[in-house]
Amino acid sequence: MKEFKGRVLAAGTYKGPAVVSHQGVNTLATFQKSALGKKKEVIVADQNNPDIYQKNITGIALCLPQTIGSTTGGMVLEVICSMKSNPACLLFSEHIDSLAGAGVVLSTVWENSKMIAIDQLGKEFLETVKTGDTVEVKEDGTVIVY
Amino acid sequence: MYQPKMKLTEEQLAILNGKEGETKAKVMETIVRYGDMFEATELVKVTHGQGHLVTSFGLQLLTPVYRIMDELINAGLKVEDGFTMDPRPVDFENVKCDLLEKLIFKKILYGTQGRYEEQLKKLGLKEKDAFSCACYFNEMGNVPKKGDVLSWAESSAVNYANSVLGARCNRNSGIIDIFGSIIGYVPKFGLLTDEGRKATWKVVVKTTKKPIPQILGSAIGMKVMEDVPYVIGLDKWIGEELNDDVKDYLKDFGAATASNGAVGLYHIDKITPEAKELGEKLLVDNPKEYIIDDEELERVYKSYPVMWKDKNKEGNKAFIGCPHLSLSQLNAWADKIINALKEKGRKKVAIETVLCTAPQVRAKFIETEKYKQLYATGARVTCICPLMYTSNPLTKRHRLMTCSNKLRTYTLARYYKDDELLDLITGKKAK
Repeated sequence: MKEFKGRVLAAGTYKGPAVVSHQGVNTLATFQKSALGKKKEVIVADQNNPDIYQKNITGIALCLPQTIGSTTGGMVLEVICSMKSNPACLLFSEHIDSLAGAGVVLSTVWENSKMIAIDQLGKEFLETVKTGDTVEVKEDGTVIVY
Repeated sequence: MYQPKMKLTEEQLAILNGKEGETKAKVMETIVRYGDMFEATELVKVTHGQGHLVTSFGLQLLTPVYRIMDELINAGLKVEDGFTMDPRPVDFENVKCDLLEKLIFKKILYGTQGRYEEQLKKLGLKEKDAFSCACYFNEMGNVPKKGDVLSWAESSAVNYANSVLGARCNRNSGIIDIFGSIIGYVPKFGLLTDEGRKATWKVVVKTTKKPIPQILGSAIGMKVMEDVPYVIGLDKWIGEELNDDVKDYLKDFGAATASNGAVGLYHIDKITPEAKELGEKLLVDNPKEYIIDDEELERVYKSYPVMWKDKNKEGNKAFIGCPHLSLSQLNAWADKIINALKEKGRKKVAIETVLCTAPQVRAKFIETEKYKQLYATGARVTCICPLMYTSNPLTKRHRLMTCSNKLRTYTLARYYKDDELLDLITGKKAK
């Protein structure tokens, strides 16, 4: 068990499985296929990200450094939240990027989304957590990796 | 009620607290929360009022976006100085589609395009055809000046405005762009600050010939990602004057840095406005260094994967112009295609060839004799976004070819250097 503390961007609690991407997550490439198909669950479609390709990331903790790619990214996250097929939490090892930041804010203000977002968990967090691990997220930004 | 961390003026606080209506308060809350995430100190005025929106496509799945637009319209909100848009996604007249593609584009993918454009008109769309990613072309008329603060999101336009025009804009997401334009303020952080515009990378170009902008930009983007590079040595190949040819070069170079990495601003020694003014003072102490020579560019070029199902077959559809071609680039490509066909004793292009440009540029070009000659070769000039056209499940049915590194990055298109692509689209010599 190891404990990490990050900055709370959208608060909430969670205990459940993690899916980990060690590279930046391309929001459009990750979510587009599931969104176009109006699927209830997001199966990652980004072939360039072997860490998470074809993994179901709906309702779980997505652990990542940052997001990358098209500047439609924030809007795509909002769409996913409005469809209720979003990850339960986004756990960033680095400072959140401007596209994911926009997505978190748009989802909070315009979709009343409860998606949790915590950033600045540190490099060691991504080195520690593995896909399939259980993580616990607390209101104050504490993340425990079991 | 959201408690802002940044300092707001009384007017801004009043908007946030709902004095000018619930919807405007939500728009302000979005902008303030967004700024707080990035430790913005305050909101600053958008001094170039014309907006530019990245979301130009009526994708059916964007239901929340249409709902927000309706809410803005119902609240009487709009962009007072108007806005331009990224390009439309389809053009059945100039970009061939079979029946299945037409059906999917019309009914499934972009079925809400018409309704969405009606919303855009009400929100301040500048004119019916104000659709180009290169809104900064003189023909498009959305040209900020040095020091202007913008609220844009299109990555290649933000990159160009910051670097070539010396304006100030963060690499925002769609929706944030129109919110900042409506409210007239954006949060001050990142590329809006002097500190944030300093280069953390010193890139030295040591090639023996003029680097291809698409590959040079790609190499730098992949290396520095979202950081700011200061590029030395390029003046040897493109000169020190920021003329139209150099602007075209930097447009394509910049789009590659922005798509292969996430560069929002670059400085080119002796050429771009801030580099001319401040020189190497723009570099932070002890910057990281990246040396680019012929071998490095070749390594990067050879690293591009071919995403076609059958890699050994020839391509069957070529897109040129992502970002959109300038008038001068369009003329140059038309000349190259017409002349290469003449030399090969051929009349028609061997592969479906689509050149993409802004509607106002196309309107000028189609008045010319050269357009008639180009049209006779079978090549077509369109104003769509090739990325939106190809970024869908139908793409796999084609073997797309391009000389754009942005299009290569976001789709299954295979990248070719300009000369290679020209040779392929003009076919083999007639016997």
